[in-house]
Amino acid sequence: MRLFSKILQVGLATEPLLAGDEDVVRLLHDVDARARRLFGRALAIREVDAGSCNGCELEISGLTSPVYDSERFGVHFVASPRHADMLLVTGPVTRNMAVPLLKTYEATPAPKLVVAIGDCARSCGVFKGSYAVAGSVDQIIPVDVFVDGCPPEPADILRGILAAVGRR
Amino acid sequence: MTLLFLLMLAGYAFGAVAAVLSPTDGVARRVSALGAVVGGGAGLGVALAFFALQVPLVVEVPALLSVADGLAFRLDALGAFFLALVGLVAVPCSLYGAGYSEAYDGRYSLRFLGAMLNLFLLTMSLVPCAGNVLTFLLMWEGMSLTSYFLVMTDTDEPDTIQAGAWYLAMTHGGLALVLAAFLLLAGGAATTAFADLRTAAATLSPATRNAVFLLAVLGFGSKAGLIPLHVWLPRAHPAAPSHVSALMSGVMIKLGVYGLLRVGLDLLGGGPAWWGALLIVLGAVSAVLGVLYALMENDLKRLLAYSSVENIGLVFIGVGAGFLFLSLGAIPAATLALSAGLYHALNHAAFKGLLFLGAGSVLHATHTRDMNRLGGLIRGMPWSALFFLIGSLAIAGLPPLNGFVSEWLLFQSLLPGIGSSATLVAPLMTLAVGILALTGGLAAAGFVKAFGITFLAIPRSSAAEHAHESPRSMRVGMGILAVACLGLGLAAVPIMSALGTVLAGHAGLPAAAPPLGGGLSLTTPGTFARMSPTLVALGLVVVTAGVWLGVRFSGAARGLRVGDTWGCGRIAQTARMEYTSTAFAEPLRRVFAELYRPTKDLSIDFHPDSRYFVQSIEYRSEIVPWVERYLYAPVIERVERWAVRARAIQSGSAHAYLTYLVIALLGLLTILLVRGA
Amino acid sequence: MVGYALEATQAALALGLAPGVVGLIRWMKARLQNRRGAPVWQPYWELAKLFQKEVVVSNNASWLFHAAPFVVFASVVTATFLVPVLAVPLPFDGIGDLLVVVYLLLLGTFFLSLAGLDPGSPFGGMGASREMTVAALAEPTVALAIFALALGAGSTNLGQIVARTMTQPGSALSPGHLLAFGALFIVTLAETGRLPVDNPATHLELTMIHEAMVLEYSGRYLALIEWAAAIKLLIFFSLLGNLFIPWGVSMALTPATLAIAAVSLLVKVVVLAAAVAVLETRIAKLRLFRVPELLSVSFVLALLAVTSSFLLR
Repeated sequence: MRLFSKILQVGLATEPLLAGDEDVVRLLHDVDARARRLFGRALAIREVDAGSCNGCELEISGLTSPVYDSERFGVHFVASPRHADMLLVTGPVTRNMAVPLLKTYEATPAPKLVVAIGDCARSCGVFKGSYAVAGSVDQIIPVDVFVDGCPPEPADILRGILAAVGRR
Repeated sequence: MTLLFLLMLAGYAFGAVAAVLSPTDGVARRVSALGAVVGGGAGLGVALAFFALQVPLVVEVPALLSVADGLAFRLDALGAFFLALVGLVAVPCSLYGAGYSEAYDGRYSLRFLGAMLNLFLLTMSLVPCAGNVLTFLLMWEGMSLTSYFLVMTDTDEPDTIQAGAWYLAMTHGGLALVLAAFLLLAGGAATTAFADLRTAAATLSPATRNAVFLLAVLGFGSKAGLIPLHVWLPRAHPAAPSHVSALMSGVMIKLGVYGLLRVGLDLLGGGPAWWGALLIVLGAVSAVLGVLYALMENDLKRLLAYSSVENIGLVFIGVGAGFLFLSLGAIPAATLALSAGLYHALNHAAFKGLLFLGAGSVLHATHTRDMNRLGGLIRGMPWSALFFLIGSLAIAGLPPLNGFVSEWLLFQSLLPGIGSSATLVAPLMTLAVGILALTGGLAAAGFVKAFGITFLAIPRSSAAEHAHESPRSMRVGMGILAVACLGLGLAAVPIMSALGTVLAGHAGLPAAAPPLGGGLSLTTPGTFARMSPTLVALGLVVVTAGVWLGVRFSGAARGLRVGDTWGCGRIAQTARMEYTSTAFAEPLRRVFAELYRPTKDLSIDFHPDSRYFVQSIEYRSEIVPWVERYLYAPVIERVERWAVRARAIQSGSAHAYLTYLVIALLGLLTILLVRGA
Repeated sequence: MVGYALEATQAALALGLAPGVVGLIRWMKARLQNRRGAPVWQPYWELAKLFQKEVVVSNNASWLFHAAPFVVFASVVTATFLVPVLAVPLPFDGIGDLLVVVYLLLLGTFFLSLAGLDPGSPFGGMGASREMTVAALAEPTVALAIFALALGAGSTNLGQIVARTMTQPGSALSPGHLLAFGALFIVTLAETGRLPVDNPATHLELTMIHEAMVLEYSGRYLALIEWAAAIKLLIFFSLLGNLFIPWGVSMALTPATLAIAAVSLLVKVVVLAAAVAVLETRIAKLRLFRVPELLSVSFVLALLAVTSSFLLR
């Protein structure tokens, strides 16, 4: 019962999502009206680690925490790309993850969106030019939003996700 | 009706004789199938005519065999039901056999196979028609011998000869027990006709009646496949040709139930409560152990054989409950329980026959029964897959098919017992209900495994990859049984009413049984429960159609794209990556590990230079059914030891043999002298 | 005539309410995790979205994969016609009783397991094997719990069981009823895939039971399966609520009693959803091979329920 008394004590820990730095989230094209209508309230995300250092993953894991609470926007994470609407890709795409990333993209049903998180996803970051890297994410699959940062804050990631579906 | 009876005899006789006289194997196949179909259809016709006309059929030929009152055939309602069962399964299996036995062309004698098949069906049809002990035993033994020869058809397979030996030994053991039962029963009767036995049984002492019943349970139970006398079943049924397996599993083991009902219910007229309790206990044990061993099998036909043990257990639960309620005087409950057991026997004949025929199609196409080498057959054999699916749904007891209706009825027949105040009846019935539910769930799991691993996903071997659909005769045979599965479920109400008349007049059961339902629904006595199989089926069909139409026309997206199976982005997918039959049953193996007691053999080949490197690892885990390990193996070992010792008599020396002769002669003379004095 | 309209309304209510129940449990869990969470009607948006998405099917899949979502959904909807959601007696009472409902749900499970095996994915096979194990081990409990109730009511007919408890209010507190409630509650958790048997929100495939079978489904097929799972949860909640605490269920089919019935159903569902949410927050998922132990506990409870019903007849 100490658990429940602690729950009552803490109350709601969710912080409101404020507008952030405009340059961090880059939308590559206008949001499709269909995507906005379909995914505006319910979005399923499949996270793909295409060879990242897991720094971005740690920030993404903060999204489901009570502080950032992505679920209040209707966003939830799923295990299978067949259930997903959006792929959240991190990491410079390493050679070994190039084909799996492509297969994940193909396994996702249309309509779908891709949000690439972190500097590595945009430009291979510190791993640029390495023999193990195949290229940035947009060289493997089409990307809709880039979120810059190494790693980006969870709030920025959340803003990036919402920007892809045309919210905020 | 006598005409139809003679047609039945003629059909089978024609099939047998023509098969033997056929010029080629192909003609033999077709001619024997024709004879069997005619005979089977006529047999079914006789039974249906009996139910329609209610006129008993009596054919007595005392002159044919001047021993023990000769041959006498007398058809009454109980026999007619089982005759109908035989005919119902005989026709599709014979049709199927015409196409199936083509695989034996040139390897084995199809003339012999065809003749034996017809004789097997003939003797099986005549067992329920037997009117006196001699006829019954002759037909019984004929059935056993012909099926033995049929089991021994495929002698190329290594297991067949052993299977035949087990089968022969156990069926003759059963015959000895049945013979003893009849001898005890006929002790005080004038003739050995069943009518006389019935009247004489009333005068027997309770001890004799109990002895007769026990011998009958053991003897007929071994034919039916009750644990612990079932060990021949998982050996003989897989070894036989598939249409013969279907007949043996679907029909022959039900004749064990017939024998027990004839002796226990009809001739003895019911008995004390412990008779029913014994049957329930044996039935429950068979049901649970049967399904548990079925789950662990990787051989498709052995899985089906163990599943037959399970279903016979369920039938015996119903029959035992009937005996029990009869002894307690609860007549409507007894009628319901016995009818439910018989109905389940009929349904099992239909869906187990279908499943064995389906397994035969798989065997015909891929030449293997090992589920770990099958898979993906639904693409090459769509019809066989569909029929096997229907059989699986039926045996798992899922609505709207026949298995569900008979399971529902079995549940409802046990329920009055839970509220009974007689000693120990309530706990027994409660446990029986629990076991019934458990076996239902486990059977569903087992047949997800059987159908899913065999027919779905990716082929696990090249034989499975190149599987082709069965020829038309095989598909027609399976189709008939699939339709029967559907029809028997939908026609539950008239069939249950007919079963009421089958049991009428036996052992104090009322001559006019109260209808177990009217119109479209089944109603149990005292309106305890009601269910309408037809309306459930109709409801399911209507709702499914409604859902499909709703999704189609509601504006939902209609796009469909084919892609790779999701495997976390792996590059390729091979058959090694999918679930195997052993893997599927693994959670249940662990849950019931105490019961299975699997052996574990791990042998590791280390590298000669260092123990940290391994050249090969071999792991073997086997499940030896504990009935065989603790009951049969010691007995067989002891018999072998005595046989080795007895071999000393056969020394090969002529002097020793002459000595034996002299001793025997002297001994006989002494006995005669003593008796004379 | 009124009866048939009622049946249709009942089924429509079940279909309409079911995603809300799932959403309510999720919302409560979110609040218990100190976060705002999605609104209660979130599953409705998710279903609407799924119906608009394309379906991607494995190249190993057969017609069974396409047919299974419809069979699963239809079997669950057919069961809603037989369960006393709002009123008793129902005109379809003579068509099926509690045993029919249980076996209809098993039909859905059977097809879903086959659909898990169909694409040849190891996750699907694993989910199928585990799901059938849990379903098989839960069956004896359900049968005995049904019979414990039926012993007292004199019938397995659902309407009669409800009516009997209404006319004899004291029987609701009888040991037989309470034990049967406990047993059926555990079975509800097992059959609908909730903690501690199966975590509905897990992403770790090796811990999945129900989810693993549907990993290959997408679009409208997935929508049907998710919706069917929600309706199954609502069916179990209706059974738990209306069989054991039947007050509020309409016996006369008048608008006033039906309105009361709807409200009382909502109250019962909310209470049960809260119980499930609190339980899921407090308890961790059981290791798979400990689940049979939990199910044996529920079997013993059901056995005791039958015994006490029998002794206290």
